[in-house]
Amino acid sequence: MELWYHENHTPNVKLSIRVDRQLCSMASEYQRIDVFESQEFGRFLTLDGIMMLTEKDEFIYHEMITHVPMAVHPDPKNVLIIGAGDGGAVRELCKYECIEHIELVEIDRAVVEVCREYLPKTACCFDDPRLEICYQDGMKFIRRHENEYDLIIVDSTDPFGPGEGLFTKEFYGNCFKALKEDGIMVNQHESPFYAEDARAMKRAHKRIVESFPISRVYQAHIPTYPSGHWLFGFASKKYHPVKDLNAKAWKNYGIKTRYYNTNLHRGAFCLPNYVEEMLKECEKNDE
Amino acid sequence: MNQDRAPIYEALEELKRTRMVPFDVPGHKRGKGNRELTEFLGEKCLSVDVNSMKPLDNLCHPVGVIKEAEELAAEAFGAAHAFFMVGGTTSSVQAMILSSVKKDDKIILPRNVHRSVINALILCGATPVYINPQTDERLGISLGMSLEDVKKAIERNPDAKAILVNNQTYYGICSNLYEIVKFAHEKNMLVLADEAHGTHFYFGENMPVPAMAAGADFSSVSMHKSGGSLTQSSFLLCGENVNANYVRQIINLTQTTSGSYLLMSSLDISRRNLAKNGREIFAEVLELSEYARDEINQIGDYYAFSEELINGDSVYDFDTTKLSVNTFELGLAGIEVYDILRDEYDIQIEFGDLGNILAYVSVGDSRKNIERLIGAFSEIRRIYKKDRGSMIKHEYINPTVDMPPQQAFYSEKKSVPIKEAVGKVCCEFVMCYPPGIPVLAPGERVTREIADYIFYAKEKGCFLTGPEDMEIGRLNVLKGGI
Repeated sequence: MELWYHENHTPNVKLSIRVDRQLCSMASEYQRIDVFESQEFGRFLTLDGIMMLTEKDEFIYHEMITHVPMAVHPDPKNVLIIGAGDGGAVRELCKYECIEHIELVEIDRAVVEVCREYLPKTACCFDDPRLEICYQDGMKFIRRHENEYDLIIVDSTDPFGPGEGLFTKEFYGNCFKALKEDGIMVNQHESPFYAEDARAMKRAHKRIVESFPISRVYQAHIPTYPSGHWLFGFASKKYHPVKDLNAKAWKNYGIKTRYYNTNLHRGAFCLPNYVEEMLKECEKNDE
Repeated sequence: MNQDRAPIYEALEELKRTRMVPFDVPGHKRGKGNRELTEFLGEKCLSVDVNSMKPLDNLCHPVGVIKEAEELAAEAFGAAHAFFMVGGTTSSVQAMILSSVKKDDKIILPRNVHRSVINALILCGATPVYINPQTDERLGISLGMSLEDVKKAIERNPDAKAILVNNQTYYGICSNLYEIVKFAHEKNMLVLADEAHGTHFYFGENMPVPAMAAGADFSSVSMHKSGGSLTQSSFLLCGENVNANYVRQIINLTQTTSGSYLLMSSLDISRRNLAKNGREIFAEVLELSEYARDEINQIGDYYAFSEELINGDSVYDFDTTKLSVNTFELGLAGIEVYDILRDEYDIQIEFGDLGNILAYVSVGDSRKNIERLIGAFSEIRRIYKKDRGSMIKHEYINPTVDMPPQQAFYSEKKSVPIKEAVGKVCCEFVMCYPPGIPVLAPGERVTREIADYIFYAKEKGCFLTGPEDMEIGRLNVLKGGI
């Protein structure tokens, strides 16, 4: 008997992973949550059937969404994470002693509970005393905060389903308001490759450009996401993601990483021509 | 009767099962003759876009499933008779007015009626007797009619045949319908209710009183607004003392003989749904609106108004499912917030006028989208707030009526620039759409104040309609004097 997980990356392309067994399957108030065990990728989490993370490649995503802004901001103390119920981004942030307070806002309590039980490799820092978890719609949470955070990480699902509101102008604008005067926002920015994903990517970029004075995009290679070519957004009130990179300071943190390093940091902001063109196109439309 | 039934829907399902060969109209033959349209709207939809036939009854003369469906609807709404209407609530309003008044008859009505009401007067030649709705100074909106004003108007016009009441206004405000009905009936006048925004009154709990329960003779109910049926479908409800067969004749004067089964089945299915689940549905809508209202009021500078407006008279009751928000303190006209929401935030709301906006909350809304709306409100305040400056507040302008709408509309007229129209009798409508309440109606004097209002509304970006001149630069006025 063979058991396979399939995810359509487009109507004409799909990813298949052979599954050893299913560890969990449940429906929360917001979505269907599944955890599988596989030979090739270890355990993996899907929401509404869409791949969120695998134990094998999650380090790439989580290192890139956290260490990039952490190496730019000179004094990050107060961090807000929206989404990220799997705990991967929290795990990376907890490596920094300088961080005093982390707030995690996740709409779906069930995701955190499932990850705690079945994905201990990412959900390993939920008991860190600096962490505070708030189960709420990110859109609602952010509205009430002003001039509070050094860093906001938007670790959202795709722009349909529960994460939809996290790709809107009103959300990015509220993030701007919630950041301190030198704050940084980093977000999961979809992929430029397949047409549908590229549309979401461009829409998100346009909305961020409208809300922040500095808005750059960087990339990483994440094998289990559609096309493997994934982007992150770096939006900031003051610091430039490359010019203000303080490599020496970051190295002094002494944090061990498998993907991220400060050379790669610079390189990640160098984008293929077709991606640059897409970004320019939506920056131009804005004028 | 069994409200679980939906006779029109059931007959259409049965028709599909019989695989009847169509040699009748419509010519697309269940969609097979128009592939692009079928692709766009879906095969299921096209397969029930059919013509009247024996098993499906006939809207002009219902004796079968439409009759049954109308009886079920009447029961659900507590009416003596219900008509399925396929020409929008405009056709319902028209039919109830044409059934009640004839040429030169008087009809008492508040001036803040929908254009369809005055259009009906152009058709039948009746004379309007306007009651000025009270105005809320702070919000700049028209309220309901005060009972005292209604009584005075009735006493001064004992020959009037009918009185029309908005149950509720666009903003959610209700007059004291029960007392108005009582007083009008004592004086042998019919009571017509425009319940374009009142479908849910019949099914929700703790709602303002619906017209049929208050004893009104007619009500036009926009089932497609809060009731969930397809756009353009509507109900005309009649009370016990109305001759329904005469009303049907009136309806048939202007109604299509090819009534759409898409619209009729949507009415049938929606009525069944409301009869079964209406209470829970509207409790949920109410909760969403209340939540949004509280949150919006906490942002600051917005005023999402509600039951606190109730004053026992011109605001006798308030529909709390309505999410109306005043924007004066923000320094922005409602229409400006309306435009920003659409252009910058991809959020389309129902309407914005000079000082207020209305976000339509319904059973189809999710928490997520409500959060987006509130988030956008908070952003608009952060980014666009400005000094109040010289904002025009007044929505209601007391009209001077020189002649009945029909006479003015059909009189000899000339087209002049708006500025030159001041002092003359207007022969056409001017209104902002939505809400579609006329600034000027045929037969009314153009004043300086009205001209200024039109210019201001244009400048703020209101969508003005009505005049022959599509640019709204000129008005048709009466040639010669009165």
